[in-house]
Amino acid sequence: MNFSVVTSQFWSLALQGLALGLIYSLVSLGYTMVYGVLRLINFANSEVFMLGTFTVVWIEIHFLNHPVASEPLTGIELIYTLVIALVGSMIACAVLAVLVEIVAYRRLRSRGASRLASLISAIGVSIFLMESMRMYTESRPQTAPRLLEKWSFGEIAGANFRIDTMLAIVAPIIIFVILDRFVTKSRLGKAIRAVSMSEENAKLMGIDINRVISMTFLIGGLTTGAAAFLYTTVYENTVFNVGFNMGIAAFTAAVLGGIGNLRGAFYGGLALGMLEQFASAILGSQWKAVTVFVVLVLVLLFKPSGLFGEAVQQTRT
Amino acid sequence: MSKLSNFNLRDTGAAIWAGWSRPVRTVFVIAVVVIIGLVPFAPKWGPTSFLNTPITSFENVLVYPVGMFVLMALGLNIVVGKSGLLDLGYIAFFAIGAYTQAIMSTLHGWNTWEILPFGIMFAMLSGVLLGLPALRLRGDYLAIITLGFGEIVRIVALNLSVTGGPNGIAGIPNPPTIFGFEFNLLFPEHFFWLVLSMILLVIWMIRRFTVRRPGRAWEAIRQDEDVAALMGVNTLIYKLWSFVIGAAVAGAAGVIYASKVMVISPDMFKFDVSILILACVVFGGIGNIWGVVLGASILAYLPERIRFISDARQVIFGLVLIIMMNLRPDGLLPRKKREKIQEKRTM
Repeated sequence: MNFSVVTSQFWSLALQGLALGLIYSLVSLGYTMVYGVLRLINFANSEVFMLGTFTVVWIEIHFLNHPVASEPLTGIELIYTLVIALVGSMIACAVLAVLVEIVAYRRLRSRGASRLASLISAIGVSIFLMESMRMYTESRPQTAPRLLEKWSFGEIAGANFRIDTMLAIVAPIIIFVILDRFVTKSRLGKAIRAVSMSEENAKLMGIDINRVISMTFLIGGLTTGAAAFLYTTVYENTVFNVGFNMGIAAFTAAVLGGIGNLRGAFYGGLALGMLEQFASAILGSQWKAVTVFVVLVLVLLFKPSGLFGEAVQQTRT
Repeated sequence: MSKLSNFNLRDTGAAIWAGWSRPVRTVFVIAVVVIIGLVPFAPKWGPTSFLNTPITSFENVLVYPVGMFVLMALGLNIVVGKSGLLDLGYIAFFAIGAYTQAIMSTLHGWNTWEILPFGIMFAMLSGVLLGLPALRLRGDYLAIITLGFGEIVRIVALNLSVTGGPNGIAGIPNPPTIFGFEFNLLFPEHFFWLVLSMILLVIWMIRRFTVRRPGRAWEAIRQDEDVAALMGVNTLIYKLWSFVIGAAVAGAAGVIYASKVMVISPDMFKFDVSILILACVVFGGIGNIWGVVLGASILAYLPERIRFISDARQVIFGLVLIIMMNLRPDGLLPRKKREKIQEKRTM
């Protein structure tokens, strides 16, 4: 118990919590979007994230010839390296997420199998991907090259506005704004919302359910890929089981904000990131997960639809 | 392939069973139990020696993971299969049983048989504590809460001094001799018989429950909770009962497990094991006792049998799960068709 850190490092902790929380919310989009249309926890999403982090490292080291020990980049070279790594990771994760949907869900869905069957096949995909990566990397953690020189914009009230932290805060917000606009305005976004409200009625309105579900996985993959890029850039390492904790945290964030709800995922991720930072500062990092779950239980007890409510409450049975 | 998915071994088996008279059934059950009881000696007998596991000794594999997984899968089946509650932290109750055994035997010198009721009691108590708030929630919320509970138990065990932290607790004594059976490293088959009798007891218990009031209540809750509540079923109480009975089975398994392996550490109670047990239930045929037994036996035994390919075995395990669920989404031995109504709605 160390409450003094709250007063002395409040802004510093808040800033770190913000960066971590926004990465969580990006990953939790992968859960919440899929949950919206399929009513399923996409267990394989954590492994999509894991492979995304490895893709980022691979692109940086092998594709752009930027080995681990080299100097941080500057200027135009830095920008195109970041952009290529980001886009590459997003594309890889999107492709993988769509593949996961085809392998783990599509056939089962067409046969009207129970939700638990899909859950187990998704867990099968998750185990397969994680263990393949374990064999490939021989369980060794992989260090990512340092791209950004860790220069700081300056300190305000003890919070260090470092470039990578800022990147992890600004990029998710931009992605969220785009995604929110997309889901509310575009044709496909409307189709996704229609499917999440009622699959049968959406089908009657001429919506191609399979295509919408594939696109949902694709979008979830894109945001998870962006999160993988930010995670690798900020924390500069990855390991084959990095997805596990990230997956649990992101799913918790999705539930906290109200699963199936895009904005809920955003705020849920933020709340979770902050909570983790403050809990580990006050109680010690080993009690971080316990605090998070106790808070989650309390939130669900008093507000079972999550902090921000579900987007499609009327269809839940 | 369509023939494979349409063939329902469960209904065929039930039809044959219904055609038998009581003495025939008794003889059949005794014969099956004796054959299963002889399984520990299988590798020593020529034709079945291919069963032998390459790394861990076969008798030990039969106790953990096979026997323990069957036991826990049966317990989880009460929760997931009978009343349709998705529990992703089932291993927590197993851990509570194991730690009860470890702490009470090393600190107070009690023996396993004295601790067993306490292990079961503590597991049930934690089931009530978790269930009372969590069971008011539905479906996926329950899943995440139980998942969190599983992690909390492990993290608490990892950080407290009484549980030995990451090193766990060593020097847990074996159970003392009972009915002339010695329990130690020399007689792993005795542990197997102990677990087997526990499995039989649990199967008997589940079958009794299924045909009585709680079983009917669980069935109603699983099919449609609102309708069950309207029909006057006290859903919270019956959900709590199924949760707590499931916890009791895992607690008992945990006590025996700790006194078998003599050393426990938080690493043994990770989230993966909860998932694995859930996989056993769904793989075998959710809601059907024999399917669950078969599924758990296969999923526990297979990774041990193919341990010689060491690293690749988990990859193959993942593949087996994907392929099996795609070919037979209702599991190896699905439950009766009439019991499958609208499963999608409640879970």
